[in-house]
Amino acid sequence: MVATSHDVMPDIELYQPTDEANALALAATLGADGWLLGGGQDTYGWLKDRNKTPAAMIELTQIDAWKGIKETADGIEIGAVTTLTEIANNPLVQSRFGLLATAAGRVASPQIRNVGTLGGNLAQDARCWYYRRGLDCYRAGGNICYADSPEGLNREHALFGASRCVAVSPSDTAPALVALDATMVVRSSGGQRLIPAQDFFVGPSRDIVNMTVLNDGEILTAVRIPNTWANAEFYFEKVADRNVWDFALVSIAAAIKVSGGVIQDARLACGAVECVPRRLEAVENALRGKQRSDQLADQVAVIATQGARPLNYNHFKVPLMQNLVKRAVRG
Amino acid sequence: MAYMHIGKDFVPPDVAGKVTGRIKYAEDYSREGMVYARLLTSPIPHARVVSIDASAALAMDGVFGILTADDVYPDGEPGGTGLKILTNEPTLVGEPILALAAVDEKTAESAIAAISVTFERLPFVLDPLDSLAEGGPDAYTGGNTFVFREGFASEKWSRDQVASFRAGAEPTAEPQQQFAYGDLEAAFAQSAFVYEGSFTTAGYPHMSMEPRSAMAYWENGKLYLHGTSQSLTGLAVDMAGIVGVPQEDFVFINEATGGGFGQRARAGSIPSMAIPAKLSQKINRPVMMRISREEEFTIGGARQGFQGWLKCGFKADGTMAALDIYIISDNGGKGGGGDAFAAADCISILYQTEAMRFRGTAIGSNTGHRGAQRGPGQNQIAPIIAPILDKAAAELGIDRLAIRLLNTPQNGDVGGPQRQPLTSAYMPEALQQGAALFNYQERITRSRQRNGSKVTGIGVGQGYHNAGRSGMDGIVRLMPDGRLAVHNGVGNLGTYSYASTSRAAAEVLQMPWERVDVITGRTDRNLPVTSPQDGSNSIFTNTRTNWGAAQDLLAKMKEIAAMDLGGAPADYTVGGERIYKISDSSTGMTFAQIAQRGLQLGGKFTGEAEVPEDLNDFTKLSVSRLAGSALMGIFHDSRHNNNPPGFTVTFTEIELDTETGKYDIVDMVTIGECGTVMHPQGLKNQLVGGAVWGIGLSGYERHLYDPQNGLPASTGYWQSKVPTILDTPAKIRTGWVDLPDPENPVGARGIGEPAMGAVSAALTAAISDALDGHLFNASPITADMILNHLAGVTSEAVPLAQNNFRG
Repeated sequence: MVATSHDVMPDIELYQPTDEANALALAATLGADGWLLGGGQDTYGWLKDRNKTPAAMIELTQIDAWKGIKETADGIEIGAVTTLTEIANNPLVQSRFGLLATAAGRVASPQIRNVGTLGGNLAQDARCWYYRRGLDCYRAGGNICYADSPEGLNREHALFGASRCVAVSPSDTAPALVALDATMVVRSSGGQRLIPAQDFFVGPSRDIVNMTVLNDGEILTAVRIPNTWANAEFYFEKVADRNVWDFALVSIAAAIKVSGGVIQDARLACGAVECVPRRLEAVENALRGKQRSDQLADQVAVIATQGARPLNYNHFKVPLMQNLVKRAVRG
Repeated sequence: MAYMHIGKDFVPPDVAGKVTGRIKYAEDYSREGMVYARLLTSPIPHARVVSIDASAALAMDGVFGILTADDVYPDGEPGGTGLKILTNEPTLVGEPILALAAVDEKTAESAIAAISVTFERLPFVLDPLDSLAEGGPDAYTGGNTFVFREGFASEKWSRDQVASFRAGAEPTAEPQQQFAYGDLEAAFAQSAFVYEGSFTTAGYPHMSMEPRSAMAYWENGKLYLHGTSQSLTGLAVDMAGIVGVPQEDFVFINEATGGGFGQRARAGSIPSMAIPAKLSQKINRPVMMRISREEEFTIGGARQGFQGWLKCGFKADGTMAALDIYIISDNGGKGGGGDAFAAADCISILYQTEAMRFRGTAIGSNTGHRGAQRGPGQNQIAPIIAPILDKAAAELGIDRLAIRLLNTPQNGDVGGPQRQPLTSAYMPEALQQGAALFNYQERITRSRQRNGSKVTGIGVGQGYHNAGRSGMDGIVRLMPDGRLAVHNGVGNLGTYSYASTSRAAAEVLQMPWERVDVITGRTDRNLPVTSPQDGSNSIFTNTRTNWGAAQDLLAKMKEIAAMDLGGAPADYTVGGERIYKISDSSTGMTFAQIAQRGLQLGGKFTGEAEVPEDLNDFTKLSVSRLAGSALMGIFHDSRHNNNPPGFTVTFTEIELDTETGKYDIVDMVTIGECGTVMHPQGLKNQLVGGAVWGIGLSGYERHLYDPQNGLPASTGYWQSKVPTILDTPAKIRTGWVDLPDPENPVGARGIGEPAMGAVSAALTAAISDALDGHLFNASPITADMILNHLAGVTSEAVPLAQNNFRG
């Protein structure tokens, strides 16, 4: 039977490690029972609704090593528990990787950005309302998708990559980091993995339960952004029903290098059209070496949505995605 | 007329408490020994409770007891539709089945999880048209509609009739309700332009900031209930009946309310407050029941959604000659309201339609319960009609403002099925004032101008709601220290009308505001019966009662003065907190002196004799408790004539981005036409607040239920898409006509509901304008609809629907 409103936090063990070693040890020991807690904006709804019932939480926000933004030899490194507000307002991010600053500044609302972390925004779970409601869908371990059905309420769902589940990536910063060719720093008691942003997110065909490649015991500790795309021409736009406190209907993040009106290189990614940030490699290929123009924008926009499979209520995402690609290319 | 208080800004007494957070809402109270209740609500849209096994829960430490429908209705649940306190036959997901009290909420939740309820699933339906179709499920046991004094009935159309209506054709089935006036056929024959089409409007929840939490305890046989409401006495009288306690033993406490828009005005729309009262009685402890956001969604009420068809004819000069309208309204899971009738009535008044026929049928669905929500009916139809009016104007070559000026009501006009006269109407003045402030003549030239992907849309909207009642009471007292106490039963839901209407009494006595005490907040402060604070009536209704009570007090003061100082009562007047002879101001008494003299005299002067017999019962109780305490003014307001309207006009300019389906509201001007202005700041707040609601209605808010399982999908602020501060204009310019209405002693009428309708109408008109006059015939109009239209995308979604993305 589907749960009705609880709205009360259950009893739960809370661990508050203050150093990396302790956090990693706790994550290793607790495994799937250890819920990683950042700003709590993805967590508390799950727990108060009692649709997720972990035994313990490991709060990560007291580990100073995982906070802040620093310059590295090849770019910048952002600690995973750095707040979205800090990222949006950071001069280094703004001056060199304005794409991320803009994206971080468009997450949810000021209140949520003040406590929400970069790691939490990237690793947050699907926002499909059926799944969040606690229904026994594929993503929740069941054998049905309520959204991908003739009557399903699927206006906000995927155009691409459906594989039993049609939930989309809800993150605003994820497409920006894919466009910036960022690297995720993932640590565990067993060591460290460096994962390209594009490969950090997984779709349902590969893993229908998880949105990222993080294994039990692993923690996203930092994001590294190389200087490769520093000071490129950036374009970020998020179209949502509401201009604050909402998830994207479609978002786009683009980094484009232009010289003499000719596009030298480009990386584009869309949010909220697939379970992962959708890298638009065909568009990038079509842009490279071309004179930037409205005509070019129109041409590549069509390429962007090739293969889209609209559901009953999300046809509008096709023209919206095309239009955002046009705007990104036009600059 | 020069007033001392009327039309002047002031600081209502509760403002400091609200700004500092010190004022208490129901959830802020506590009581020694208080325990906490949580609800077990139905997870199924339509079911029957077969059995409840709470033995494991009741055996848990910290659990004090449960309350079920069998406890509150030992003789069986009330028949008919309507919210119940608890039920064994839920007709919507989230309807309360039982409550459990425990030492804290966490324990209560854990205990509720240990309760086993066996449900028998019953057929459910989410779209009234699915229920209307032959063989379709009914929302209630016994039918899909409830006929007053007749009981449940099952209303069915043939499947072809439903399919034809869904496809946009005129419904052919007999309606439940209808009215008509004028020669419709002849009026259409005279029409130079006729528009015909179907439309949908979404029902959506109230989403008041404060959920309907309540705390109750019993002491010396009296029930003390801390709750939330739009009305004090207007709600408390019936609430006593719901709980089953005599009025004299019931104390309702409600100092402040965090928003009320129709579903907190009357006890019948908020019977859940009886749960802690009944549970407290059962377990003999104070009980706090906090209501969650989702619970507020499910039992907090929703607007009725419409699926309709209309045919509208205009003469060559632009006169709206004929309207034929048929509305299927969604009655939800617990019965609904009269929105469809009100919508048709609104068109008749607002556009002075020469001939008209309304047909309406209300059908249940297993979704949130329906009832009055800010402009119920009037505000759903306003955004549908406005773009059609613009289409007619375009077809007939008439300016959009001109066609409104031609059809708008003015003094001497009548409206509605009874052709009832309006008490006054200054809509031409409102339209002209708004046009001047908006600079309409220049602005209209920007209509449909393109700037890259953006295109400008101009919209004009009008709103209406009846705005005044009578039959209520007033009590004022002149205290021995010379202060004036105004007993006011109006609720404090944020409009401050409890205070602004009290100023009518201060005006009569020319009393400085700082010498006035507004007595309110709890019913044991001996309040008069006032109208439930709904229907935009408070200003009109309660200025009449407070003015009348103060006039009674003044008459008594003059009688005493004449008695003691000589001359006739008519020889005296008041000013400077004195009553004195008009011909010799040195002959007089201070207010304190005359109050003390009144106390000496007693009898009719102090409410101990000659109390008006026609007072409402609760007022009589209050007067009897106050008798002998001060010099009193007591008044029963018997009746008023005709229909006092509240009107609004809105002009807006939007910039619609054809690539995103989004738009910015570049400018908005909204004008109130509500008689004499009582409280400019309060009026401005109403106009701006109503504008935000109108923006939500026309652009954002939705009411989603999953057709597969009947679960609500828009229970919170995010999913229901209540507009945010960044979706509304940075500045909404306001104004008002400020001409007096003859049926109110200070000339005032209400404004709360129309403040929303005009904005919702202006917005859909502007969207339509930006899209070359395309008619969506829907509210809300969301970005996906605009994008689909522009891209020529034909969605597979059904054209008419309810509790879904379209409608």
